[in-house]
Amino acid sequence: MFAPDIILAAVLNGLMTGSVYALIALGLTLVYGVLHIINFAHGATLTAAMFAVYVAHAVFKLDPYIALFIVTPLFFGLGYGVQRFVIGPASHGEDRNILLVTLGLSILIENAMLAIFRSDTRSIDVPYAFSSIDLGFTFLALPRVLAFGVALLVALLLGLLLTRTDTGKAIRAVAREKTGAALAGIDVAHIYAVTFGLGAACVAIAACLLMPTFYVTPRAGNAFVLVAFTIVVLGGMGSIPGALLGALFIGVVESLCGLFFGESLGQIGIFLIFILVLLVRPTGLFGARA
Amino acid sequence: MSTSRAFAPALVLLLLAALIPVFVTANTVLNFIVFTLIIALAAQGWNLLGGLCGQFSFGHAAFFGSGAYAAALLQARYGVNAWAAFTAAIAFAALVGWIIGYLSFRSGLRGSYFALVTLAFAEVFRILANASAFTGGAAGTLIKLDIRPENFQFASRAAFVWIALALVGFTLLLTTAITRSRLGAWFAAVRENEDAARALGVDTLAVKLKAITLSAGITGAAGALYVQYYLYLDANIAYGSWISIEALIAPIIGGIGTPLGPIVGAVTLHGLGELTKLFASGIPGIDLVIYGALLVTAIAFAPDGMMGLLKRLGRGQVTPRTTTPKTTAAKTTTPKTEGAA
Amino acid sequence: MLAVETITKRFGGLVAVNAASLKVAAGSITGLIGPNGAGKTTLFAVIAGFEKASEGRILFAGQDITAQPAHLRAQAGIARTFQIVQPFAGLSVVENIAVGAYLRHSGRADAQARAGEVASLVGLGAMLDQSASSLTVAGRKRLELARALATEPRLLLLDEVLAGLNPSEIRDMIPVIRQIRDQGVTILMVEHVMQAVMSLCEDIHVLAQGRIIAQGTPSEIAGNPAVIEAYLGQGAAKRLQGATGMGENHA
Repeated sequence: MFAPDIILAAVLNGLMTGSVYALIALGLTLVYGVLHIINFAHGATLTAAMFAVYVAHAVFKLDPYIALFIVTPLFFGLGYGVQRFVIGPASHGEDRNILLVTLGLSILIENAMLAIFRSDTRSIDVPYAFSSIDLGFTFLALPRVLAFGVALLVALLLGLLLTRTDTGKAIRAVAREKTGAALAGIDVAHIYAVTFGLGAACVAIAACLLMPTFYVTPRAGNAFVLVAFTIVVLGGMGSIPGALLGALFIGVVESLCGLFFGESLGQIGIFLIFILVLLVRPTGLFGARA
Repeated sequence: MSTSRAFAPALVLLLLAALIPVFVTANTVLNFIVFTLIIALAAQGWNLLGGLCGQFSFGHAAFFGSGAYAAALLQARYGVNAWAAFTAAIAFAALVGWIIGYLSFRSGLRGSYFALVTLAFAEVFRILANASAFTGGAAGTLIKLDIRPENFQFASRAAFVWIALALVGFTLLLTTAITRSRLGAWFAAVRENEDAARALGVDTLAVKLKAITLSAGITGAAGALYVQYYLYLDANIAYGSWISIEALIAPIIGGIGTPLGPIVGAVTLHGLGELTKLFASGIPGIDLVIYGALLVTAIAFAPDGMMGLLKRLGRGQVTPRTTTPKTTAAKTTTPKTEGAA
Repeated sequence: MLAVETITKRFGGLVAVNAASLKVAAGSITGLIGPNGAGKTTLFAVIAGFEKASEGRILFAGQDITAQPAHLRAQAGIARTFQIVQPFAGLSVVENIAVGAYLRHSGRADAQARAGEVASLVGLGAMLDQSASSLTVAGRKRLELARALATEPRLLLLDEVLAGLNPSEIRDMIPVIRQIRDQGVTILMVEHVMQAVMSLCEDIHVLAQGRIIAQGTPSEIAGNPAVIEAYLGQGAAKRLQGATGMGENHA
């Protein structure tokens, strides 16, 4: 057995990883809640955002935390445009087509990254990469603590956006009943695109928070998004609080499994949870639907 | 249309293809043909479940890999005869299909949820096969080179072309026969509207299980043939997402739900793939960039794939349809349990 | 033929059908009417096996079928249509009907021939090769009926097959329904078009707020104050009687 200190440290680390998962899962669940489809291009979007942060640092010498203010609006715009001008028109309004179009985009983006950047593992050097906070019984990496704070802040802001602004109300109206929303004068295609943009923006923020401590390859996004799928299914498709809680939970489970069973089997734990939840309770543990 | 007329064009095509190795002996060409046929076979499996029965799997690697590993391990570990191992591999893949199908369909998973769960199963298998000593782990599994017909190993690649053609041809006839049978009508009914199918006495769970079992067996045969041809297998080949993607894109590009679609799609994809390698050699992933773009373009402009385009050209209508007649997908993808309408 | 015994169906806290009982005599056309939201479609779904009853039981030809799934009930001889039509949109008219016909005919030629016969019966004989999605509303209603008929049922459940049709289309459909009964198929129909119910049905059950509130011949039902109140609100029967004496005219 491990000492309580080590387990507590693993839990804290899990919570911090979970907070980044939460951002990725928020984007996924938001799109599902409104469009009622799973965006299979979410992982590729994350990879693209990570490369964007990498390029910003390598070429323009921008710190990831500053790049956040450029990459986030950029990805919002990209997400908006892709939904409005590619996914929307290409899928003729059929769910199974949207599924396939996002899969096609995912293959396209991932391999475009491979063609441009090759399969090398790339990371960026920042002076604070190894700074840490001493808690007495353990050290917490500063970039991960920052990531935790920013992720929670973003989740809060997203919640406020959805509940307090007109756009947010329109998004929730479309999620509930798109025909009714359209009759009430809401531009559904626009709201769909805004939602997609928000999903991409969440992922862009996650990329900025990840890059100081993580590396990027053309397949980097996939690993995260498979976890994000698990979280979204666990938290209930379309539920924002579900995604948050699910993400923190999965972060901790992964960290503890890694501690007890080693890395690769830790991953298996997540997939088994995923399959079990899908088979036994596809509405999620928290059961809510947007 | 009479039965013989339905089968005739396909048979002529297959016979013509069978003549190729007689005139062409270049290894690169024969390699290309065998590989394309293996993909076509895997895609035929996907088409049976996805195209005919409407259940989109994003994880057909689970069946390809199970067939491949069963064939390889039975030979390498237990010394089973290659032909017996090949047959057992098909049965094993079909069983894996039945189990995944039973678990998923029993829980009422449809649409995106079914796509997700198949993807997850394939990924779990990949991680397990990569970590387990039984499958050879990350180092993979080799089948001992011993070129004898009773070992399913041939000196000439032409033999593999003919075997692959025979499997693809058999599956083509099987698919055509199904589309013209009661089972085919039930597949279509489940694809178009499950509730209506149940009201007409169709046991939708049993029908979907038949589809996924057949589908997995066919794609498993492709996996077993793959390992028999290359004599090497690792987890990323067997259960990697590449084969899930190829098996899905080929039928959609070729013509989803049509018996010839997966074959036309596989030939188109790999023809294009070879061309790209010719013009942009050394750029990794460029062929998949094109596959992804093709998938999006096909859904946007040619929902019936190449077969649909050919048909329209034949009738002299070149302009794409603006509306698709299939409105079934307007249905929600929310999972429903059997029995709750 | 069919006996529904104190069926209750709850959705969470909502009681959609409350201890409803009814009997359908073999060879009859029986009507099930009631105001919107009375639970008619839910009761139909329970009879056809699409919803599980919370309480009560259903007997079909003497057999308890309460626990049977929908497809087995169809095999036993219960066919239903859907209030909101559910065509196989990607298939042609004859392929749609053939799915029903395959229940009793395993061969393709047999099933298609049977589908053709049924199509002529409901007036779709000229549209066999059309796509189901190209049909008009009236055409889709006929297709719904044809598919159900092709399963060669003993009991046919018709859920508002006349809704959405114009008066001349309704006039065309009424003899079709009567002809189906004359061929030996028992019919239970949910219908809002009163003129059709009154002319077709021998026996009518009235469902309001989940309960069966009346049962009888068309003329008995038309004069029943409880029925009038269920449709028009409390006290309506009295007011009507006082004002025009309408209740008595129909009695």
